[in-house]
Amino acid sequence: MAITPVAQPTESVAKWEGSVEELRGLVSDRAMTGETLLLNMGPHHPSTHGVLRLLLELDGEQIVTCMPDIGYLHTGIEKNIESKSYEKAVTLTDRMDYLSPMSNNMVYCLAVERLTGLDVPERAQAIRVICLELARIASHCVWLGTHALDMGAMSIFLYAFREREFILDMFEMLSGQRMMGSYFRPGGVWRDLVPEFMPALEKFVDFMPAKVDDYESLLVSNPIWIDRTQGIGVVEPEEALNLGLSGPTLRASGVNWDIRKAEPYSGYDRYEFDVPLGEHGDVYDRFFVRMQEFRQSIRIIKQAMKALPGGPFRSQNRKFVPPPRAELGQSMEAVIHHFKLWTEGFSAPDEEVYVSIESPRGEIGCYLHGTGGNKPRRVHFKTPSFMHISALGAMSKNHMLADLVGIVGSIDCVLGDSDR
Amino acid sequence: MGVVSSKLGNLGVVTTSLEDAINWARTGAMWPLLFGLACCAIEMMSTQASNYDLSRFGMELNRASPRQSDLIIVAGRVTRKMAPVLRQLYDQMASPKYVISMGDCASCGGVYNNYAIVQGVDEILPVDVYVAGCPPRPEQLIHGILTLQEKVKTERWADWIKG
Repeated sequence: MAITPVAQPTESVAKWEGSVEELRGLVSDRAMTGETLLLNMGPHHPSTHGVLRLLLELDGEQIVTCMPDIGYLHTGIEKNIESKSYEKAVTLTDRMDYLSPMSNNMVYCLAVERLTGLDVPERAQAIRVICLELARIASHCVWLGTHALDMGAMSIFLYAFREREFILDMFEMLSGQRMMGSYFRPGGVWRDLVPEFMPALEKFVDFMPAKVDDYESLLVSNPIWIDRTQGIGVVEPEEALNLGLSGPTLRASGVNWDIRKAEPYSGYDRYEFDVPLGEHGDVYDRFFVRMQEFRQSIRIIKQAMKALPGGPFRSQNRKFVPPPRAELGQSMEAVIHHFKLWTEGFSAPDEEVYVSIESPRGEIGCYLHGTGGNKPRRVHFKTPSFMHISALGAMSKNHMLADLVGIVGSIDCVLGDSDR
Repeated sequence: MGVVSSKLGNLGVVTTSLEDAINWARTGAMWPLLFGLACCAIEMMSTQASNYDLSRFGMELNRASPRQSDLIIVAGRVTRKMAPVLRQLYDQMASPKYVISMGDCASCGGVYNNYAIVQGVDEILPVDVYVAGCPPRPEQLIHGILTLQEKVKTERWADWIKG
């Protein structure tokens, strides 16, 4: 049984092409006369990491202008959150930056907690730190695999995904889902660490450092890798700040800015770790910084494991956090709280907050404006991928077309993150 | 024929119908389009990577060009801006071509019932197999692929002519 397709292709596709005249002012005048070549890279392209479209103006193989066109993955998440109660919206935040859903959960939960003044127990904070750092490693694994794949190193992809699977298995133990766990909730985490988690984590921190050394030795001694990354896509520190870069992309330019250090959240000030910095701000340094971050993340996880406090894993404030099942049979008050929280949800004041954290990609921020009721008036996410994609034009100017692949890989953009 | 002759020993001759032979060849070497949209694409990459190793099912080669691929796995949410592009990619593929709708968003819009998302990719493409999940586990995707292979094995001459 063949299904008859509803939309027919021809008309809609013809509209999408556009004409050169529409681009006047965006591209150089040479493009108008046909002296330089206009070329679409994406939205379907193996090395644009999703559905990024880059409109390129090329002089031979040299890039004159590079204009990113985003929105091919615009999902309307911010608008959807406006119609959800605060706790239900956690599920939607997972799917923005789908390489590190935990960071999105974290920034949203932090915003809700700051808006409502909800406390987070020490144990929950430590669990969050462990998960965030695991998410950072998992995200960097995907970045490393795909970045190296784009540059022609196939085997790294297979190695990096092998280790990532181990992390996903651990997330599955905790939350029941491999990727979109929605494990962080306002006031703590969904449930306590399961017994099999800690042995798995211990195993992971034992074997992972050697794996990171493996990745590095496969690439840093490879002359092709060095040739294709060093001196490519250089961003000076001042320019990096002006472009609004953050995270490893900014630190590769030598700017010491890490929100975990600058404005610690979730108890990051209790852990000792270094902020790796680059010197030249090129593709190689961005690679180098992320490789060091692997090691620093493992270091943080080790400390958090050792000092994991006991106590509750979620706030005991019953106005915000539903009571455990056992209480329902004994306390009428617990039944009322349970009913209120699962039918209506909790309310937040008519105020606004902005919170930002250090995601694997950079600074992810959440602006949250309450209404006094159980749904927010406005939620907005300031995402690192958006900033980094907008900097692509400046980064790739006067480079060869082939180098653009490396530059796009090195900023580690996730289109779900930028388009939301 | 090396494999067949070594398995069959001295039997020498195998008879089958042309239909079965072609369907067998089609199921065994299906090349998917290198095409990912959102979260499901990451699970699709996991499926192809070391742990789940999709090449066990004759699919290790992702082609970046729709002209060279037989299967498009719509992995992720299809936005209204992306829909014409997706349709164009599908039209560029050579017959026989198959579509797997991977994940809830591609199958029915998932949690995003809003202005931006196409409520199911079957609004623009004829889908052969739907894989549920948000995102589906690699095992689920593999199951979807095996289901598609079963479907391909039952194809008949008459259907090919209809196209």
